[in-house]
Amino acid sequence: MEQLLEILNSLHPDVDFETHDSLIDDKVLDSFDIVTLISEINNEFDVAIPAEEIIPENFNSAEALYELIERLED
Amino acid sequence: MQNNVLEYLENTVTRVPDKLAFANENTGVTFKEVYDNARAIGTYLHKNGHYKEPVVVFMEKHPNAIVAFFGTIYGGNYYVPIDEEMPKHRIELIFKSLNPKAVICDEKTKEIIKEFNYENSVYLYDDIIKTDIDEEVITYVRKKQIDTDPIYIVFTSGSTGVPKGVVACHRSVLDYIETLSATLEFNEDTVFGNQTPLYFDACLKELYPTLKFGATTYIVPKSLFMFPLKLVDFLNEKKINTVCWVVSALTMISGFGVLDKNVPQYLRTIAFGSEVFPIKQFNMWRKALPEAKFTNLYGPTETTGMCCYYKVDREFELDEVIPIGQPFKNTEILLIDDNNKEAAFGEPGEICVRGTSLTLGYYKNFEKTNEVFVQNPLNDLYPELIYRTGDMGKYNERGELVFISRKDYQIKHMGHRIELGEIEVIVNMLPEIQSACCVFDDVKKKIVLYYVGDISAGDVIKYVKEKLPRYMVPNVTEKLDMMPLTPNGKINRNHLKELLK
Repeated sequence: MEQLLEILNSLHPDVDFETHDSLIDDKVLDSFDIVTLISEINNEFDVAIPAEEIIPENFNSAEALYELIERLED
Repeated sequence: MQNNVLEYLENTVTRVPDKLAFANENTGVTFKEVYDNARAIGTYLHKNGHYKEPVVVFMEKHPNAIVAFFGTIYGGNYYVPIDEEMPKHRIELIFKSLNPKAVICDEKTKEIIKEFNYENSVYLYDDIIKTDIDEEVITYVRKKQIDTDPIYIVFTSGSTGVPKGVVACHRSVLDYIETLSATLEFNEDTVFGNQTPLYFDACLKELYPTLKFGATTYIVPKSLFMFPLKLVDFLNEKKINTVCWVVSALTMISGFGVLDKNVPQYLRTIAFGSEVFPIKQFNMWRKALPEAKFTNLYGPTETTGMCCYYKVDREFELDEVIPIGQPFKNTEILLIDDNNKEAAFGEPGEICVRGTSLTLGYYKNFEKTNEVFVQNPLNDLYPELIYRTGDMGKYNERGELVFISRKDYQIKHMGHRIELGEIEVIVNMLPEIQSACCVFDDVKKKIVLYYVGDISAGDVIKYVKEKLPRYMVPNVTEKLDMMPLTPNGKINRNHLKELLK
């Protein structure tokens, strides 16, 4: 989780990712961020996020995203 | 001879009045509705004393905003599109430059505008379309209109921190729409999926050919560009066959293997531009849509939309760059070297544009206009303007024009044209900042901000987000103890670029 928060914080150092749970709905993240996140998650966690998992529900909070990574790691 | 863009609409409305013209995911307007509502707005504006002046269209990205554009022209004015998501600071800079007397709003933006330092008229779209159309007013305005009258102003990034308003007229838009339509073979069956914002000239590609042919434009919801499978679903649901998108929107689909699972099956015409298309991604598109025609477009806002095109007609190696090809009909490209002479074949030169496609220049800024709209240095016989793009190009061995680089610190990021200097001006406004410099990471495609000062990166970004549009906010922010300097005492950009590695 630490590692993921670091990636998110480097994208938006002004956002508290530990508590924010509507990152998509509040337009905190944009398409550039999604592309960057997926590529950096791939590098850091060695996890490829497939297209069908690129949906708002998985990106609305750091927690949801982390759960997705864990699910894909298994 | 056609000398007014509205003639496109007037010809089409008699042919297909009930056809859908502009739509989004929920709603849309027919040509008859566009025609009637636009003339009602025109009547209203003119009767309220607005004539030959900028009218700001401050509305959500919606079919009605497009109708408001045409309504502004019917009233003999020129429209200035402003995005509802633009930060207050930037809108106020634009208002300062325009001093507008009229702003057209929707229900949402009429609340936002109350926070601005603006005291002139605010008109609600839903109210003014109820105006009774006055044919006499419409006819009077038309009689006076000539093809060099302005129809819009769009604002582009300025290195001094103040956005520049580019003013375009009927003639340059007509020239562009005719040649673009012929090149990309638009027709009545064209169904556009619009991606680009309405506040830039990029959307001319959809708006005016839709009027010309009686085609249809769907505004693709912005949020779908984050979720590629849903995006393809939308394209298929609306049977979209033509897209003119920035490269990053196309690679959003190809990059995550979506084309293996879900193909935009109706797409036949794919135009792209503003950025380099990575060949690996491009090949995925060609493989998925072997029947489709792919065209690379190039052009600055100052020459009305696009001025060069290349129809992809061969395979490209992974390390090759897709050329920008050749100028559109009725436009000439000159490559001018440092001595103001034409560059020899194969040698680099600044891309300069000659033709009717030149816009009128920058609004209320003769100084900046005169720097880049200049006398053709190859012609000392009579007055002839060319536009100096600041882009360097050359011809390859096939005689195709190829983009090389910029002469200055302007970059292209997610299809947006950005002056890095404009971001630096904003950051330097913070009292805690001693020094700031932006560089562009060409490999990772990120805007990187380096700064020195007693403030956290989070606070810097929070401030920047209040001042600049989202696409200009740095993607990486790094605090330094000291800014690297050149022997002359200037910020050493090359050293900062080295830090990226």
